[in-house]
Amino acid sequence: MTWAWDNRSVVIDLFLVHAWLSVVPIVVGFVLAVPVGWYASRHPRLRGVLLSGGSILYTIPSLPLFVLLPGIIGTGFLDPLNVIIALSIYAFAIMVRTAADAFTAVSPAVLDAATATGYSSAQRGFFVELPLAGPVLLAGIRVVRVSTISLVTVGALIGVRNLGSLFTSGYRRDFTTEILVGVVAVVLLALLLDALLVLLGRVLMPWSVDGPGAVGRFWSRLARRGPDVPAGVAAGGGRS
Amino acid sequence: MIEYRSVAKTFDDGTRAVADFDLTIDSHTTTVFVGSSGCGKTTLLRMVNRMVEPTAGQVLIDGEDVAGRDRVPLRRSIGYVMQHAGLLPHRTVADNVATVLRLNGTGKAAARERSLEVLHTVGLDESHASKYPGQLSGGQQQRVGVARGLAADPNILLMDEPFGAVDPIVRDELQAELLRLQRELGKTIVFVTHDVDEAFLLGDQVVILKKGGEVAQVGTPADILADPADEFVASFVGLDKGQRELRLEERDGRTVVLDGSGKPTGVLADAADTPARGQGAGSA
Repeated sequence: MTWAWDNRSVVIDLFLVHAWLSVVPIVVGFVLAVPVGWYASRHPRLRGVLLSGGSILYTIPSLPLFVLLPGIIGTGFLDPLNVIIALSIYAFAIMVRTAADAFTAVSPAVLDAATATGYSSAQRGFFVELPLAGPVLLAGIRVVRVSTISLVTVGALIGVRNLGSLFTSGYRRDFTTEILVGVVAVVLLALLLDALLVLLGRVLMPWSVDGPGAVGRFWSRLARRGPDVPAGVAAGGGRS
Repeated sequence: MIEYRSVAKTFDDGTRAVADFDLTIDSHTTTVFVGSSGCGKTTLLRMVNRMVEPTAGQVLIDGEDVAGRDRVPLRRSIGYVMQHAGLLPHRTVADNVATVLRLNGTGKAAARERSLEVLHTVGLDESHASKYPGQLSGGQQQRVGVARGLAADPNILLMDEPFGAVDPIVRDELQAELLRLQRELGKTIVFVTHDVDEAFLLGDQVVILKKGGEVAQVGTPADILADPADEFVASFVGLDKGQRELRLEERDGRTVVLDGSGKPTGVLADAADTPARGQGAGSA
């Protein structure tokens, strides 16, 4: 572990680069997949085509795609953009299926109620369907996070610096410690990102975990300055 | 006033839900559509706010054909209460109640104030305002549903089997509450139910429907009981089984009321202290 300490500035730098190379594709894939998934959920006949299209995209092996992209879009061979674009495609491919499922799972009764109370279709999409699809979308993005963070390491093979560079350099020098440090750092990044996503979910969707989530309970307890009454008890005590 | 003029509805799959339906619903009264499933009662209700478009005929509100009105503002101008309340699970009780106000551009603070006021009107404590619908009982959710329907103070309230999914005790409570509200607010209520007792309790005008949206009889509960149009109506309201044929019998100086099978159902009160319809239930 002295190696990791001695090279901490390099490892931290690679960690941040890796985080950047992961987060951008996750966000891009998510933002593209949500409207397509929404559209697919509304058009059952197109759904099959869109979803198998997504699956086919995901079967493209990553290494050849990294190598081929510069030829297709004219980026430099060592440009990190190649990795970002390729991984956005994968993120999209995984996310689009989950997004379609997420929107399909929103209760038709709730949508009917929203329409009947006077939501226009755009308002219903943004303020009812999107938030209600949220919990499943969150589950999907957590899966995308794992796959994206691990795929970024492959980028090291084509010379795009990230934590995977510790693997390639470790192999080249037959230096196990460096590889191990890389593995630990990748796992840490994955856990950190997951914690952030879960936290984001709790903040944006306090209603989704049986009653308010841990964060919501914390804040409401702080606001009440009283004992933490479980949601079920508080609700049951009221007059019906 | 709501008018149905020769309204018909045939769905895309060929099911005929309603055929040639005519009805006038006076303002500030409660009209109940009652019938078994498949009689088109919900279809008729949903034509008022254009959730269903008739395939023939017209629905008019105060003389204006709803087909000529933009759907979204039309729906916001009409309260809608449905079975299982239909609340948005991701919005708090107060936000749910304020839905239409916010959609119409009312400011946040004013909308919240109004929603607390309406919650109070439907008998819900303010402490529920920040909860999510999932944290409330079925009866409480239904009250929130009614509050949402009333929040923007619409003239018309459409109620689609609103009390169908709650237990009988809570249902009695909610029915009594609705009668109280209606005495205070005087809305034009169109109410759908399959329960004939509920129809007679709530309706100023009751419309008994047969399969395919055919009208079996329209009238006040008393008219229908006194003079059922045909055997279908008599059987539907329970006249054929003797449940509604009451007899009086003197016992120990009081007049006991017996039903057709001889079971006592109550005692006859003195004419002087007979409460007006619906009073006495208001505090439920």
